[in-house]
Amino acid sequence: MPDYALNTSENTRRRHIKEVRFQWVGRIAILISLGFLALMFIAISVRGYSVFEQTHIQLDIFFDEAHLDPSGARDPEMLLIADYKPLLTTALQRRFREVQERREKRRLYKILSRGAVFALGEMVQKNPNLIGTSQRLWLPASAEVDLYMKGKVDVSLEEELRRLKNKEINWVNQLKAQGQIKKKFNTRFFTKGDSREPELSGILGAVIGSAFSLLVCFTIAFPLGLLTAIYLEDFAKKTLLTDLIEININNLAAVPSIVFGLLGLSIFLGVFHLPRSTPLVGGMVLALMTLPTIIIAARASLRSVPNTIREAALGLGASKVQTTFHHTVPLAMPGILTGTILGMAGALGETAPLLMIGMVAFIVDVPQGITDVATSLPVQIFLWADSPEKGFVERTAAAIMVLLSFLVLMNLLAVFLRKKLQRQW
Amino acid sequence: MGSMIKILNETAIPVTNPIEKPCILSAKNVDVFYGNKLAINDVSFDIMENQITALIGPSGCGKSSVLRCFNRMNDMIDACKVTGDIRFAGQNIYDPKVDVVALRARIGMVFQKANPFPKSIFENVAYGPRIHGLAKSKGDLEEIVISALKKAGLYDEVANRLDESGTGLSGGQQQRLCIARALAVDPQVILMDEPCSSLDPIATAVIEDLMESMKENYTIVIVTHSMQQASRISQKTAFFHLGDLVEFGDTETIFTNPEYEITQNYISGRIG
Repeated sequence: MPDYALNTSENTRRRHIKEVRFQWVGRIAILISLGFLALMFIAISVRGYSVFEQTHIQLDIFFDEAHLDPSGARDPEMLLIADYKPLLTTALQRRFREVQERREKRRLYKILSRGAVFALGEMVQKNPNLIGTSQRLWLPASAEVDLYMKGKVDVSLEEELRRLKNKEINWVNQLKAQGQIKKKFNTRFFTKGDSREPELSGILGAVIGSAFSLLVCFTIAFPLGLLTAIYLEDFAKKTLLTDLIEININNLAAVPSIVFGLLGLSIFLGVFHLPRSTPLVGGMVLALMTLPTIIIAARASLRSVPNTIREAALGLGASKVQTTFHHTVPLAMPGILTGTILGMAGALGETAPLLMIGMVAFIVDVPQGITDVATSLPVQIFLWADSPEKGFVERTAAAIMVLLSFLVLMNLLAVFLRKKLQRQW
Repeated sequence: MGSMIKILNETAIPVTNPIEKPCILSAKNVDVFYGNKLAINDVSFDIMENQITALIGPSGCGKSSVLRCFNRMNDMIDACKVTGDIRFAGQNIYDPKVDVVALRARIGMVFQKANPFPKSIFENVAYGPRIHGLAKSKGDLEEIVISALKKAGLYDEVANRLDESGTGLSGGQQQRLCIARALAVDPQVILMDEPCSSLDPIATAVIEDLMESMKENYTIVIVTHSMQQASRISQKTAFFHLGDLVEFGDTETIFTNPEYEITQNYISGRIG
């Protein structure tokens, strides 16, 4: 009598349990990794979001000609570097008439950022007609006041242990009561380079430095990597030599990045005497590092183009080069571009090799070209994380947010290109 | 003087039999090696112009390897080595002076799996004429494409969607597109490597009819696994077994009165 039973036996029941168990293990693994990711994003955002606002103090400034330009020449250069400090102290004293003692006056002046004088200088240089007039202006507050306004100063702490003393808190509260101190959107952070003062520092210098480095890196690594991959995949005969080259490329992809930095230091700087600390050298070092990644990705996607397409073209009498550039490479492009963008994203996050070639220097100016000294985003994060001022804590987190957004953007671009260019065969 | 005669002999089209059509492709003592492995052992036969020659035999017998020698597609494989003498219209195709690009323009190929480019139908057919510079103007090119599609019996089906992707066609249509693509280069010979192996009987019949009509202007060499197909469409048949050419002759003779028992066994389905 044959067995027609369809009900669950002991054996199949055990198999079902295994299946369900495996699915749950997978789900839990994904949940855990998503949890870590969310934790990281939240932790960084909580620390960093406050950077997007910066505390400003409203003051009535009288642009006294006797102080700024007694000669009346209105030379723009001189207007920029004229002595604006008395303007600020006068304005502050007029606001807080009860402050008379010298030391207290000095303290009072410190609720403003040192950048306030530069802000006035730039303003007057742009519009010399301000001289002789009185203006109501919002000027940047010092980092300590900014932290207090953002609720990051623990007032329950003993006064000795605080950098912001009770008097200053009192002044700030007075301003607050009158609506003369408030947080405004922090354009400075996105439009300026680094600074010793947290409230004056910006990320733009690092962003531009990174952009220039990546530009150099892409210009070198993409054509070089693509042509290497094409030659190795479609033209070179498979010999011991090509095998050796392949093994070496795979090994290069695994070499720690600091080694490439040392190589750049001794070759590009030591032998060729290229300018130190510049995106040019940084980009060249990153290109060395990205090259194996691009070659491997490009070879893989060239290999994934079915041979029938090559045969079709060759069978029609296309030459090898025509076959490669008319058919194989266009079909492999989505994969090549994805690999390249991921390689570039890796280069964007790279710190160690840039330290070796001197891109770790403190640089205030936003670089104008690939041969200007510059720093890069990850190095900027490293520098700020290393700074003792408390105001840099939020800036470090904000810089990480900027870096992560660029990485996410690049990965989205890779996904978009892959979807957009994908073709069937 | 002696070398002159040699050149004259080489360039002259050899005529084997006054009654038979002239020989366009000939293989003489051809060996094919893959690495050290001998895949084709001392094969010699002639292919007549404007005929269909079928190469049959069990899988792995080397019939595809022989076919691929005729337009040097074996060059693509590093380990593959071909010795012996293969002549197209009297010229040794493995001569270093022979331009393989020109050779493949004369001898087109249709593959086992339809392999249209992932481009439009028009672009698929236009690619060959374009790289060989066969069209002087855009109008010329269109004319060539349409005429090739007509010759392949595909034009009526795709006339109003030439800009759609070639990969969107059905299997049989794709294969006819590949035939049109090969015809657009205006070759003399078309090599077909099991062109119907993945098609249903109706699509197969359409392609067989097409080959029948193409025979007037082209020489066709076809590798096939189907005995019926070989007997239906070909005038000559070559039977290969384990790298040897066992028998070559008129299709009728091979199928009705083969010389060797192994041929008889294969075509009657007892082995294979």
